[in-house]
Amino acid sequence: MSGDFLSGVRAAAAVAAEHVDDVDREARFPQEGIDALKDSSALSALADGVPFAEVAQACQVLGRACSATAMVFAMHQIEVACLLSTDDWPWAKGYLADLTREQRLIGSVTSEIGTGGDMGRSISSVEPQSDGSCTLVKQAPTVSYGEYADDFLTTTRRSPDADGGDQVAVMHLRHQTTMEKKGTWDPLGMRGTCSPGFAVSATFAPEQVHPTPYVTLGAETMVPVSHLLWSHLWVGIAVEAFERAKKSVKAAGTNGSSVKAQRLSELHGQLSGTRAQLAEALERWQREYAEPGRPALQTMSATLRHNVLKTSVSRSVASICQGALEITGIAGFRNDSPLAIGRLLRDSLSASLMVSNDRLHETNSALLMVVKEG
Amino acid sequence: MEDKILAVLLEHGRLPVPADSLGEGDDLYAAGMTSHASISVMLGLEDAFDVEFPDRMLTREVFSSIASIRAALDELATAA
Repeated sequence: MSGDFLSGVRAAAAVAAEHVDDVDREARFPQEGIDALKDSSALSALADGVPFAEVAQACQVLGRACSATAMVFAMHQIEVACLLSTDDWPWAKGYLADLTREQRLIGSVTSEIGTGGDMGRSISSVEPQSDGSCTLVKQAPTVSYGEYADDFLTTTRRSPDADGGDQVAVMHLRHQTTMEKKGTWDPLGMRGTCSPGFAVSATFAPEQVHPTPYVTLGAETMVPVSHLLWSHLWVGIAVEAFERAKKSVKAAGTNGSSVKAQRLSELHGQLSGTRAQLAEALERWQREYAEPGRPALQTMSATLRHNVLKTSVSRSVASICQGALEITGIAGFRNDSPLAIGRLLRDSLSASLMVSNDRLHETNSALLMVVKEG
Repeated sequence: MEDKILAVLLEHGRLPVPADSLGEGDDLYAAGMTSHASISVMLGLEDAFDVEFPDRMLTREVFSSIASIRAALDELATAA
């Protein structure tokens, strides 16, 4: 079954690659790639028992083909992982059955205007209504594929009188949600993710609130899974840039004895180091996630590790793409060339910004003062 | 021990309410302690009690109330 999963993903990646230039040029949603993933039931992979490591591998495969398709897929799987994070949420079980049957696409509303980019604090809140339902209203500076998601996982304060850090995650369906688009979308890279701002309002049942406090859900599941899956797709971008650089060195016909060939070798070292770091982080998180009560994931040293994975992989992939551009030279600089690096480089530059590296370094520098094993 | 913990919370907790108005089991985060302030509290406690919290104790839970902080310090004192 999981063999089917990765072959389905490879087929979807081939479809996504056919349309990637148009998706990038028009800054449009990568509909063809996502439809192909739905056709192979890839959106419910985690719910259907596909191992997490294969879903991570899928992000890398898709990242080589079309970063936007890969990012939409990765973000969706992050939300699914949150739904699967506890056995103690009956509502989610019903929803996951719908997900398998209908291949619904889940988006997330995590950032909020006025919090200064701190995902661990909210202004909006769950507001209980007199008829037993709940509502929330949130001003989001970006909602990735907000116009295309079927349903949403939104972070918000637990109640109108809760502290800003006392957050929950709410899963609300498209028909329960009003999305008012704010502004336009014309970014440098990751153009197909279509992530403008939205004013989000939703009406939902109390059962749709995730039973785990967000501070725990984030530490155990949402943050590490985000950083792991994003890193896999970013490495996919870097691998594609590296392979294009390698083609250009091969085409020069010097059998590896040129300055550019040496630069390729240096780039290979950088890529290998990044892959090793990612593989170690994936293995460790899976092991710690499987422990009863997940005590290791509650520690600040785990937070530090998950943050540093993100900051260092994001920097490294942009540097690899730039190195690949220098090796491919004018052929890589041209957009109308099979060795073009432009889109890959532009997409890779988003990595240090989505969840700002500066903010993570600010947290990490404080954590380093208390954590014993840095 | 209680007084020393309160003194550290007063100095480093950046709480919007006076630390000595809090009960033993009250949730310090719910009372407004940020995660940044909680790191200052950890460092302040290490200084005040001349201990080092091992990584397994550096969790949100351990620093969430006066009672849980005291339990952690007791455990370190017993182990020493």
